[in-house]
Amino acid sequence: MRNEVTHWTLAETCRHLEAGDCCSVELVEALLAVIAERDPLIHSYIYLNAEEALDAAREADASRAAGKGGRLLGVPIAVKDVLNVRGQPCRCGSRILKGYTAPYDATVIARLRAEGAIFLGRTNMDEFAMGSTTENSAEGPTRNPWNLERVPGGSSGGSAAAVAAGEALAALGSDTGGSVRQPAAFCGCTGLKPTYGLLSRYGLVAYASSLDQVGTLTKDVEDAALLLSVMAGRDPHDSTSLDTPSVHYSAVEGFDLRGLRLGLPKEYFEGGMEWEVERTIQAAIAVCRELGAEIREVSLPHTALAIPTYYLIACAEASTNLARYDGVRYGYRTPDAADVETLHSRTRAEGFGREVKRRIILGTYALSRGYYEEYYGRAQRVRTLIRRDFEEAFRNCDALLTPTTPTAAYPLGERVEDPLRMYLGDVYTVPANLAGLCGLTVPCGFTKELLPVGLQMLGPALGESVLFRVGGAFQKATAWHRQRPPFPVAGSAR
Amino acid sequence: MKWKASIGLEVHVQLATQTKLFCGCRTTDSNAPPNSSVCPVCLGYPGALPVLNREAVRLTVRTGLMLGCAIRATSWFDRKSYFYPDMPKNYQISQYAAPLCEGGAVEVEGEDGIRRTVRLRRIHLEEDVAKSLHIGRRSGVDFNRAGVPLMEIVTEPDMGSPDEAFAFLLALKRILLCLAVSPCNLEEGNLRCDINCSVRPADRSELGTKVEIKNLNTFKGVRDALRHELERQQAALEAGELLEQETRRWDADAGATFSMRTKEQAHDYRYFPEPDLMPVRISVEERESWRAALPEMPARRCERFMQEYGLPEYDARVLTADRAIADYFEEAARGASNPKWVANWMMTEMLRRMADAPSEAWARLPVRPAALRELAELAGRGVINSPTAKAVLDVLFERGGDPVAIVQERGWGQISDAAAVGGLADRVIREHERVAADFRNGKAAALQFLIGQGMRLSRGKANPALLRDELIRRLGSRSESAG
Ligand SMILES: [Zn+2]
Repeated sequence: MRNEVTHWTLAETCRHLEAGDCCSVELVEALLAVIAERDPLIHSYIYLNAEEALDAAREADASRAAGKGGRLLGVPIAVKDVLNVRGQPCRCGSRILKGYTAPYDATVIARLRAEGAIFLGRTNMDEFAMGSTTENSAEGPTRNPWNLERVPGGSSGGSAAAVAAGEALAALGSDTGGSVRQPAAFCGCTGLKPTYGLLSRYGLVAYASSLDQVGTLTKDVEDAALLLSVMAGRDPHDSTSLDTPSVHYSAVEGFDLRGLRLGLPKEYFEGGMEWEVERTIQAAIAVCRELGAEIREVSLPHTALAIPTYYLIACAEASTNLARYDGVRYGYRTPDAADVETLHSRTRAEGFGREVKRRIILGTYALSRGYYEEYYGRAQRVRTLIRRDFEEAFRNCDALLTPTTPTAAYPLGERVEDPLRMYLGDVYTVPANLAGLCGLTVPCGFTKELLPVGLQMLGPALGESVLFRVGGAFQKATAWHRQRPPFPVAGSAR
Repeated sequence: MKWKASIGLEVHVQLATQTKLFCGCRTTDSNAPPNSSVCPVCLGYPGALPVLNREAVRLTVRTGLMLGCAIRATSWFDRKSYFYPDMPKNYQISQYAAPLCEGGAVEVEGEDGIRRTVRLRRIHLEEDVAKSLHIGRRSGVDFNRAGVPLMEIVTEPDMGSPDEAFAFLLALKRILLCLAVSPCNLEEGNLRCDINCSVRPADRSELGTKVEIKNLNTFKGVRDALRHELERQQAALEAGELLEQETRRWDADAGATFSMRTKEQAHDYRYFPEPDLMPVRISVEERESWRAALPEMPARRCERFMQEYGLPEYDARVLTADRAIADYFEEAARGASNPKWVANWMMTEMLRRMADAPSEAWARLPVRPAALRELAELAGRGVINSPTAKAVLDVLFERGGDPVAIVQERGWGQISDAAAVGGLADRVIREHERVAADFRNGKAAALQFLIGQGMRLSRGKANPALLRDELIRRLGSRSESAG
């Protein structure tokens, strides 16, 4: 069971539970055994909810025996440390939330819980989702299951590594500028960033409110569709959530892409991409063409402005979103502060890591009197231009195909001291957040060094069904998503 | 040299909503135990999001419409950032670039009786902060008030004296009460003011250096602080000193203002649009339906009461001071053959009996306005006399009902039948022949005695005017010329 479970998808697991091939308790025990064996090397999880998960599994088995259902009854899921799960810690990979226990469920968690899901544990992340490597965590870095010397990507690196290593059937992440798609690509998972507003942000700890979106890291597209079906829909607790009719998403139908027009944004293919990545992407595009899709070139003229625009807006919003961590009501508090000002400044100086401080300072500056127009104001105008680029592109095609990242996973430590280079790694993922679109990454091959490469599909707002059709057909035609890292893993853990 | 002062006010008004501005927590008063009405949203917990209370928008726009403001079809909220232990998120959700209401004015009548217009700059909506409590050397924060909706009314610097500022606040409070948008309870901090003021030579049009005074809780405090501060500024200018643009605080015990921070130390609030909320849209239909539901301005209503019901100015003022009283009166007076009769009952018996009752009590009064109208009618037409009418009112206060039915039920009807009263007059004259003779001989005061005897005999039910007429008719006209 222990070896089987590392390969199972969410949908397969549901079928096994329904058929009575195994019970939820066995499932949770098997996953805990895999975690006990592998996680000391990978460090995906920063908190395990073992006892409560087993209790919940027993309850789920009893419910099933009593004839009760639930689309995810007794199915364990891993959750990025950024979503509130009642009774569990929620530290966002930061020291400043030390001791904080979530008093409520995020809406997406409540919806999964209502369908019987079990919350196995919390996965590592870059502090407050700021980073692309999961090295900026107060809990230490997570390693890439394909090569322990490499980063798993970030900020949802713990979730991606857990799914890739078979330590989780599926995991939740959050994507502000690529934080689900980039680690999914680095770890060989399927990663979905839904349309802004399709999933409620209530209970998702905010990094940049106008860009944040909950996403999924799964073993295939079918699982992404399953999780989205459970979680999607209007939430009265989130004013920015969209009023969409409930949709049942599926990736099962359709084996070909006939009649679909897929665009290649030419700016994404004009240099900057590693040769190994480009070779793999071109092969994946060829697969889509063989499946019957019409491939055409499109243009997104403002692509080059996306990274600076993203960092200005994200940091500006973050500088206020993170102001609440002051040691007064919850989390870390500096000892023996004589007055309130000292309490605030020392708590924050001691509680936040370097990257978080860097972005708070950047954002504070961008909003300051005299600089607002030049920075934040201009960034908002460019954001509108980027959105229009996409609207124009989607007039002529149903979805876009792009690489997810310009490179495969790079060595740990390489970009810690070079934030600018790290920021540039988000070049293909950031535009979808700025424009509020949906994006999906699927594994589409490996580099010579046996590191996964991701193919990104971008769809218009609420175009998830198109992405699932393209991704589903691609995964029926290829087996990249079924590759698992060899274990014991290559590379050595220090 | 002659000096001129310019005063502007920012009035923070707590709105009368059931729940807070961005969450479902109930708004409480100061008697609620600390932190008994809080949730992840108003405590600023990680991941919590605001959801706008539409009722607060309605109340703000209602105020704006009443004061002649322009209402924005689209407005939005901004984050105002500063660190303070009373602020759950260390930013306040407020409105900066696009307030709900802009422009407008309040008519203020000074002590000299001259009316002036105080222009408004804007009215916007924002959330209140928490309250710090200091217990010995320890500090605590009560978040019950955090997130309570505040409407901020900002005036132009149109007021010229502390008395005028005081009169403005009184006029504003009267309007807010009339609109029922705020409880306006000053002890509960429902109305709080920030002042900005400056002094300049009377012959100069450009405003002097602006000084702000923060957080005044009483109207008297505003007036006192202004009296002191304007004097301080004037004295400084007369001594040839330069004033600094700064923020000061009023210490009522010391009777003086003290500097809090200068312009250089002023906060940079780093406003930017709140990304967690959608813009607030108000359709023309919605706005117009709110406008149609507006009550009359107290001043306009006062004038109308004088014209429509023929009330003296004093009565009209008294009856329009409180909207609940005005509504009650108007319902009673509508359809009355003589509204002044109703007004007299309101001014005397009703206001006396209701002196200590809160405004809300009028709407729940067992004496329905129609009953008061009926009672005023019975008394005015002389169907019942004044003591009987008061007794009927006692019954109405006790258990409500219909005055005519009460009068009949208790046999309190006044005898106005000429034949019956004539018989009574005959009997009085027969029993008091000597007094009747006195009257005939020119002793006018004798008539009062005879009327008194008639009333006694009828146990108070005779119509006194009719009884008087009948007596005089029987005793001859000599007395009339004599009386
Ligand atoms: Zn609340």
